[in-house]
Amino acid sequence: MKKGLHIIDLKVKLHGHTIVALSTTVEPGEVLTIMGPSGSGKSTLLAALTGTLDPAFALTGRIILDDADISKRPPQARQIGLLFQDDLLFPHMTVGENLAFALPATVRPRALRLTRIEQALFGMDLDGFGRRNPATLSGGQRSRVALARCLISDPKALLLDEPFSRLDADLRDQIRNLTFNHAKARDLPVLLVTHDPADAVAAGGRILSPLGQNVRI
Amino acid sequence: MPVLLLVPILAGLLGAIWVAFDLAQGGNLVALRDLASWTGLPAALRLSLVTGLVATALSLCLTLLITATLLCSPAFAAVRRLLPPLLAMPHAAAALGMAFLLAPSGWIARILSPWATGWSQPPDLQILNDPWGMALTIGLTTKELPFLLLMTLAALPQCDAHKRMQLAATLGYGRVAGFWLTVTPVLYSQLRMPVYAVLAYAMTNVDMAMILGPTLPPTLAVQTARWMTDPDLSHRSLSAAAALAQLAATLVGFAGWIAAEHLATALRRCTIFRGLRLRKLDAPFRAVAMLGGLTVFALLVASLCGLTLWSVAGPWPFPGALPRSLTLTAWVRAAPGLASSTQTTALIASLSTGLALIFTFAALQAEFRIKARPLSAVWLYLPLILPQICFLPGIEHLLLAFDATGGIASVTATHLVFVLPYVWLGLAAPFRSWDARIATIAATLGASPTRIFWRLRLPMLLTPLLTAAAIGVAVSVGQYLPTLLIGGGRVTTLTTEALALASGGNRRLTAAYALLQSMVPALAFALAIAMPRFIVLRRKAGGQM
Repeated sequence: MKKGLHIIDLKVKLHGHTIVALSTTVEPGEVLTIMGPSGSGKSTLLAALTGTLDPAFALTGRIILDDADISKRPPQARQIGLLFQDDLLFPHMTVGENLAFALPATVRPRALRLTRIEQALFGMDLDGFGRRNPATLSGGQRSRVALARCLISDPKALLLDEPFSRLDADLRDQIRNLTFNHAKARDLPVLLVTHDPADAVAAGGRILSPLGQNVRI
Repeated sequence: MPVLLLVPILAGLLGAIWVAFDLAQGGNLVALRDLASWTGLPAALRLSLVTGLVATALSLCLTLLITATLLCSPAFAAVRRLLPPLLAMPHAAAALGMAFLLAPSGWIARILSPWATGWSQPPDLQILNDPWGMALTIGLTTKELPFLLLMTLAALPQCDAHKRMQLAATLGYGRVAGFWLTVTPVLYSQLRMPVYAVLAYAMTNVDMAMILGPTLPPTLAVQTARWMTDPDLSHRSLSAAAALAQLAATLVGFAGWIAAEHLATALRRCTIFRGLRLRKLDAPFRAVAMLGGLTVFALLVASLCGLTLWSVAGPWPFPGALPRSLTLTAWVRAAPGLASSTQTTALIASLSTGLALIFTFAALQAEFRIKARPLSAVWLYLPLILPQICFLPGIEHLLLAFDATGGIASVTATHLVFVLPYVWLGLAAPFRSWDARIATIAATLGASPTRIFWRLRLPMLLTPLLTAAAIGVAVSVGQYLPTLLIGGGRVTTLTTEALALASGGNRRLTAAYALLQSMVPALAFALAIAMPRFIVLRRKAGGQM
């Protein structure tokens, strides 16, 4: 096996109905788009990959991330970063604390942690925002903090759950490019789940349905 | 509305100050000096504070651990269904049930004897009423855990808990750590008032402390209540001084709690900054949550079973695990007294709950129709957070001055002070979140506001209305001190009777009263669950139109 996210014969069934059937590899730096209307199994696929699937679903197949079989691992040990539709910044933490929360505990001492957080904010054009309360940020700034928080946790793959659908049209392009560029720069395999054809086109990669069929736009 | 609740409380506090400092005679410190010279005072104060703080902390921590462990699991739905029957049990009944269970001659000792313990007669151990207040702490924790769990369940939907937990998990956090760092800050801000109510109750309650707490000295609240009900009138000013001391002690307790809150926040921030994932905590904490939750559940269920068994027990010599025979003698002998106490209890409960419903709907409807300013929940919590024992004696003195104690009306009015907040809290959120577009559509169809209220809003809010009413009944039935003091000993409810009998040592009779005391709110809850279902069934059956 080589690097990347290998989804091998992944099948999710509910009461005998197949909801997800996927067998593919997302190469480092590649963006694979999963497209389908709501209720088509997109969020089920994400839950299967993050390990948060409801026990009512039956899951078969394997998920290999960078040579390690993570199919049986708990969500905590999968090292898959997740970006939601809502930025889900923790309102009771400052911007800096939101990032510190995600930064691995092995990064020590205090000074190094602070530096890493500042660097991450700098990379998102948010230098000096560490002490800000998330509630005082604009929509675009919040999205960038959410992205920075996700990346600082050092994930080995990125899952995007319609992360751009709440943004205004011009902001959407900007955040989308920022996200894809950062992922590409880090050679991360990216799986984008969306119902918006514009997202799929901008991702510029393969487009599949949750059942593994090619989708044409 | 807020003024309505504040008047009796402020009057009560002023009354206590008036009597304690003997302001009628120009003011002096005799009562305070008398109180200070009571040798039991330091121990009583310490007991009140320690049992209250520890029991509140224990029940809150267990509640949070159970929630963190079970969140998003099917077992949580089961917990949700189990809660209402557990909550229906009044404090006094729960305490009596636990006393029957834990006492040296209690059910647990009987089941374990003589094969495991070697006891052929009740051991001379102070398991109950222990001088450290441990039995009281366990009792309080057991009774308050279901309440805090229910409040947590009500607050969780506003906390975005599932997504936060999922996010924390993908970042490598353990369940307990993820819950603690991302969900509790939001959850606790919603839970704060109920927790404060629990804290105030735990530090100052009389009913549970009388049964489970130490005796020499008892907690300050129990001693205050004794002085209050003492026929010797010279103890009146002493009891008022004790009530003020109780208020001061409660404030100290709250200060300690708030300091602990700050400490917890600092600890949380520190953990967040260091990014500690704390995954190793999950397994031990899961065990603690399970063990604690099951113990509480088992204690409450066994208490109820024990009460039932005692009330129908024939001869039951010590170490028998079960009575030799069953008999209804206790019930039959007590029937006249039981019937009249039940009547009084039900009358006061339905009157105070009915009035609370009318006030609540009137205020909410005013808020909706004439855009009156919404009522802040803090005012409503005041009667729940200020210890009853601090302002009830003052009210009693005032009512005595007008010769108005001892009547059903005064007792009902006092119950209303405690019933109203709970009814309001149960109804305000559903009432406010009702889809106002339905009213708009009805209005365009020509319906008057009155018609909209009676034909649309009220029927659509039937389920929360009935639940709030059941809670109101449970709160009213549980009131001991207000009934005792304001009733002047002439209004006998199941609660006052059960507690009066408890000291007499007739377990069969006490159990019958305590059991019936639990049945009244249980019936109310059962009706609240069954009635909406019945109405839906009828609607479906007649659904041809």
